Amino acid sequence: MEFFIQQLINGLAVGGIYALIALGYTMVYGVLKLINFAHGELFTLGAYLGFTLLVSWGLAGTVGVGPAILICMGLVMLLSALAGHVLERAAYRPLRKSGRLSAVVSALGASIFLQNAIMLIWGAKGLAYPADLLPRVMISIAGQPVPLIRVVVFVSSLLVMLGLYFLINRTRIGMAIRASAIDQGAAKLMGIDVRQVIAIVFMIGPALGGLAGVMFGICYGQITFTMGQIYGLKAFTAAIIGGIGNIPGAMLGGILLGVIEALGAAYISMSWKDAITFFALILILVIRPTGILPERVAEKL
Amino acid sequence: MLELRNLKVKYGQVEALHGLNLTVTEGELVTILGANGAGKSTTLMAISGLVPISAGEIYFNGRRIDTLRSHQLVRLGITQSPEGRRVFGPLTVAENLALGAFSQNDRAAAASRLSWVYDLFPRLSERRSQMAGTLSGGEQQMLAIGRALMARPRLLLLDEPSLGLAPLLVKSIFQTIRAINEAGLTIILVEQNARAALKLADRAYVLEVGRLVMEGPAAELLHNPQVQNTYLGGMA
Repeated sequence: MEFFIQQLINGLAVGGIYALIALGYTMVYGVLKLINFAHGELFTLGAYLGFTLLVSWGLAGTVGVGPAILICMGLVMLLSALAGHVLERAAYRPLRKSGRLSAVVSALGASIFLQNAIMLIWGAKGLAYPADLLPRVMISIAGQPVPLIRVVVFVSSLLVMLGLYFLINRTRIGMAIRASAIDQGAAKLMGIDVRQVIAIVFMIGPALGGLAGVMFGICYGQITFTMGQIYGLKAFTAAIIGGIGNIPGAMLGGILLGVIEALGAAYISMSWKDAITFFALILILVIRPTGILPERVAEKL
Repeated sequence: MLELRNLKVKYGQVEALHGLNLTVTEGELVTILGANGAGKSTTLMAISGLVPISAGEIYFNGRRIDTLRSHQLVRLGITQSPEGRRVFGPLTVAENLALGAFSQNDRAAAASRLSWVYDLFPRLSERRSQMAGTLSGGEQQMLAIGRALMARPRLLLLDEPSLGLAPLLVKSIFQTIRAINEAGLTIILVEQNARAALKLADRAYVLEVGRLVMEGPAAELLHNPQVQNTYLGGMA
């Protein structure tokens, strides 16, 4: 039981990170029907930017750890959003009128470019967030000791998702995003500037991905320039499991995948961790190809 | 109010409109007739900025608008109920109508507009919290028109509002269109149902494969033997 609860919390923490990344995939897909293959690299970029701010610039030393982490997260989200915007401008917007394959190739190219750029800037060796950044506090859940940081990561990812849900469902810009995802032409006829909506989606998604990067760094320490590949792939899997294009689906898929992976690694085999993840994907694709919560499909008359 | 000058539109290599001249004055109800592929919908899409034009100019109240983007045209007062209705299926009727008022900043005005649209189409009011995709074809058409009216247009473009509807419904939709026009709104109506459209309209344009072949007062065209043969099934 002790083991189970610890693994569950581990799964929820990593699941929260998957979910944040998955949201970027699913939002871009929802509006553009494009998989942004460079999204995983934005997660890496977030982790490295966070490292630079917190460690290299010593933000933690000047203002204290708590505020430093908050400031760092805010700044990383801002910078990631900016990077996402530049990516959209440079790699996707010029191809808006070309075929979908061109955009996919451009996405793959952007991914390679970003990965190598990160390697050239920060080095190929990989970095480590200091282990003593946060005091190692353990809290007790159902009588079991659990690292506080994991719980904090999970809860803050939930809070961010709640905020996003509010943004999408309760605000003017959210309404414009939903309308553009359903029918871009009709959205234009409503007076919605779809180009601007796409630009905004390409800032919200990367902001969440960058935030996930910082959270990952703080929680797990070790970051490498290639980590966006596997985390991007896992989050993409999560988005598909949840139903790509569906925002609550990405949240659910991410958390579910994190838990499946953690429990699978614990109870079946650590070395089969990735295989278990992708087995879950295949299972979903066979049983329910549209994902757990598919995009709501309207009856057409 | 609206003027198209030598308007050309190309889809890839294929030219769909070969230089269309068309004018609409304030308060008019103008209909564009023609068979499938004549360029009717293309004309409306070009006016709304949904397809790029390859040559020519479009003026709205003396201002050149073919360089503007779709959402800016809505703010100028040109809205459209597009072919195939294109309501937002997964959203409710009320959400669809709210989207229609997206360009409106004045909330009170939008609210009064909404009650006007519900008066115009009481059916929509009954179904306000229903998902638009589950409405019948006629109701979706009402929603598409109602949604286009939410932005307080000065020029309303209607693309085939009768498509796929039962005759009784067509009649009621056309009556509503007349009522809206009589309330002062300028309308361009694209239709395959030529007889009904000519009875309703002040003036008509007839397109054939991207070219204007006839124009004139609707009443005259209704009795024109050539129009009768081609578009009215030969019977007067």
